[in-house]
Amino acid sequence: METLDPSLVDWSRAQFALTAIYHWLFVPLTLGLGVIISVMETYYYKTGDEEWKRITKFWMKLFGINFAIGIATGIILEFEFGTNWSNYSWFVGDIFGAPLAIEGIMAFFMESTFIAVMFFGWNKVSKKFHLAATWLTVIGATLSALWILVANAWMQFPDGMHFNPDTVRNEMADFWAVLFSPVAMYKFFHTVTSSWIVGSAFVVAISAWFLLKKREMQLAKRSIRIAAAFGLLGTLLTAFTGDGSAFQVAQKQPMKLAAMEGLYQGQNRAGLVAFGILNPSKKSYDDAEAPFLFRVKIPGLLSLMSNRSLNSFVPGVNDLIDGGYQKAPYKGDSTIALSADQKMERGKVAVLALKDYKLARTARNDSLAKVNQAKLEENFPWFGYGYITDKKELVPNVPLTFYTFHLMVMIGMFLILFFIVAMYMNKKNILHSQKWMLWLSLLTLPMAYISSECGWIVAEVGRQPWVIQDIMPVNMAVSQISAGSVMTTFILFAVLFTVLLISELSIMIKQIRKGPEGLN
Amino acid sequence: MDYSFYQHYWWLLISLLGALLVFLTFVQGGQSLIFQIGKSDLERTMIVNTLGRKWEFTFTTLVTFGGAFFASFPLFYSTSFGGAYWAWMALLFCFIIQAVSYEFRSKKGNLLGKKTFDIFLFINGVGILLVGVVVATFFTGSEFVVNKANLTNTAMPVISTWSNPLHGLEALLNIRNVLLGLGVLFLARVLAELYFIQTINDANIQARSRKFLVFDTTLFLLFFLPFLIWTLVAKGYAVNPDTQVVSLVGAKYLHNLLEMPVVALVFVLGVVAVLFGILWTLLKPKFIQGIWFTGIGTVATVLALLLIAGWNNTAFYPSNTDLQSSLTISNSSSSLFTLRVMSIVSLLIPFVLWYIYKAWKAINIKQIDAAEMDGNDTKY
Repeated sequence: METLDPSLVDWSRAQFALTAIYHWLFVPLTLGLGVIISVMETYYYKTGDEEWKRITKFWMKLFGINFAIGIATGIILEFEFGTNWSNYSWFVGDIFGAPLAIEGIMAFFMESTFIAVMFFGWNKVSKKFHLAATWLTVIGATLSALWILVANAWMQFPDGMHFNPDTVRNEMADFWAVLFSPVAMYKFFHTVTSSWIVGSAFVVAISAWFLLKKREMQLAKRSIRIAAAFGLLGTLLTAFTGDGSAFQVAQKQPMKLAAMEGLYQGQNRAGLVAFGILNPSKKSYDDAEAPFLFRVKIPGLLSLMSNRSLNSFVPGVNDLIDGGYQKAPYKGDSTIALSADQKMERGKVAVLALKDYKLARTARNDSLAKVNQAKLEENFPWFGYGYITDKKELVPNVPLTFYTFHLMVMIGMFLILFFIVAMYMNKKNILHSQKWMLWLSLLTLPMAYISSECGWIVAEVGRQPWVIQDIMPVNMAVSQISAGSVMTTFILFAVLFTVLLISELSIMIKQIRKGPEGLN
Repeated sequence: MDYSFYQHYWWLLISLLGALLVFLTFVQGGQSLIFQIGKSDLERTMIVNTLGRKWEFTFTTLVTFGGAFFASFPLFYSTSFGGAYWAWMALLFCFIIQAVSYEFRSKKGNLLGKKTFDIFLFINGVGILLVGVVVATFFTGSEFVVNKANLTNTAMPVISTWSNPLHGLEALLNIRNVLLGLGVLFLARVLAELYFIQTINDANIQARSRKFLVFDTTLFLLFFLPFLIWTLVAKGYAVNPDTQVVSLVGAKYLHNLLEMPVVALVFVLGVVAVLFGILWTLLKPKFIQGIWFTGIGTVATVLALLLIAGWNNTAFYPSNTDLQSSLTISNSSSSLFTLRVMSIVSLLIPFVLWYIYKAWKAINIKQIDAAEMDGNDTKY
């Protein structure tokens, strides 16, 4: 019997991870810096002060360099759903394709039309039209983030659809449920506001460098004035939406939450790990090793975050595999959790029912088809478990999820303090003389990027093995191509994107060194 | 309005996007001419800058074409992209290197040098022939099998499987596909020459564009006409509307044209407009608006060609391995619900076209010239 090459799944995942991580190096800066330059140009429009125009044009130049490579790394992501995840494209394309198409029609055209006006229109269109074009570029970019995040959120929490056994795919039943799912809304606001932080950290860091060099003092101070305030707003909103996102994860992807916290044995009044070092000897959820070498916990906080109740039970990895615990009441669901074995059993029943349904339809045996359809519908919530061969596959990479989550949160906390201090010092006009703070500002920039990338690693690694939560695992979603082909394109992307990244950084650094006078 | 209406409507939109994409490949055509029409650094800079204000439209149209195809005919997306892997990857690589080249080419510290980025643009320019090759497979067929029952085979659940180990590159071995590929490339160059004539105020570029216009038009006709005639008389992939059984029917695409007179009219008007734009430009040295005639003509012609590939009970993505696996607008489309939702979204398209037109006009209000390239304005 023909079987899928397991390394094909690994290479396909690696390629998607590589291209997504590269793409995400550039998107947050577009979203964050885009708003900042729009605000700067608004100042120019309102005051007529040429210095604001000069400042706007300087940051706009850096925006353009980043934007180009963002586009280059972005196109492949859309097409990879087809090239590398073709089964996925059919199985859920009826729902997933729509946001991608809307993204193109509604957002990409807005971005690409007005960015040309933004760059080339200074002497060709009125000041008002130009300002509108700048805002519309960033609104377009943000709308594009909305639609792709709606699509991603739907993979984490599939809602508003039903399975059609005749077409063998999931079909959309409620567009608004897809668009306004709580997971989508939190994901959108969390991702966009965290991108504002990256944009702000970028502006503060480069301005700090100017202050260190005692150049462009006015540009630097004015830029920090806007960026530090915007960064603080971004961090506070990110913290707020992060809490909302964590609640959604707890309710809908409890295994991801358990991995984020390194929680193996569930607890009532579970504590949140403030800081911890995992035990590297722990290789599997069912070995006898202790999960942590060291940890500091905040009592009850994980229960509070997960269920909005201090004393509630938060299941760990072992509970999720073994089942048998009472779920915290959510939407009236306080049933006893199923074990992984039970879910896999039900998944197999669902897959078999689909097979029998198809055979019955071919044989024109309507009554048998009906029986199998009912069986399929009853067991469909566990459909994807029918493709899992070993329950260990259901546990994501705990160390990677745990460390990226905690690093993200720690950097996030630091950034709140950082922007408060930067704002205060700039307002008091003492920032330029505080060398330690200027150096810290430079260090903050890579930290903001790391935090942003960590967020995606938590979201995507933490949900393994699912492409669509509970419905479709990765090994059911891939295209049938040779693993060697995917490995080859992986290497090509790795080399090409790395070369382009080095080129981008080198251009960026040259432009910053030259400052606003040396544009081009 | 029933399911079939929406399926036809979405095939119309996909065809329209495809047609606009072919028109917008004037950007790629222009890039393939960088070294032929641009002899000096300044000339190349003018060429790159006039194209550089439009390249994102082509790019965005390609991405939207992909997204819209995904949303409306997901089985095509999964079958073609997952199967013809190397053809699509080659095309995507050409676009990835394009996306940075405009912005990076003349920046200090760009690591690879201006010449390399210009070569990237040239590669993307010539690479556009892959679009023609892939579109030609809509008429000539590919090698794949679709079996939805595979999904219940948990060890190998892939629904669409490609039968040729070259995974898409085999399309380059079919003469008819290559004819259309080269036809698209030389049409793109023709459009680019007309665009240069309209937008660049430089005597040398104008003269060279006119010279190449004759040459590229000849080559375009030399490749496109054989493809067209061959396709119209060749066997096509017909679908029985009652049984959905696919069969080969002689001169199917010619019949489609004759049975859909409006489409035939669009096709004829398109051809006339394409030729008028070119000939008038060649005959009247002061006439610089040829791009609009040839451009709109291109949209009309390609639209008609794509419509005869999918409408009138025709399989738009035929399989030569298993005829009954061929994709039709009815067996590959999204659900009625999704098509309806998307149709509401599609009402935004006229608004999008309106603001694109406004912005296009605002930026192209004045021709590019050497003085502007020397000035302080933003440039590539």
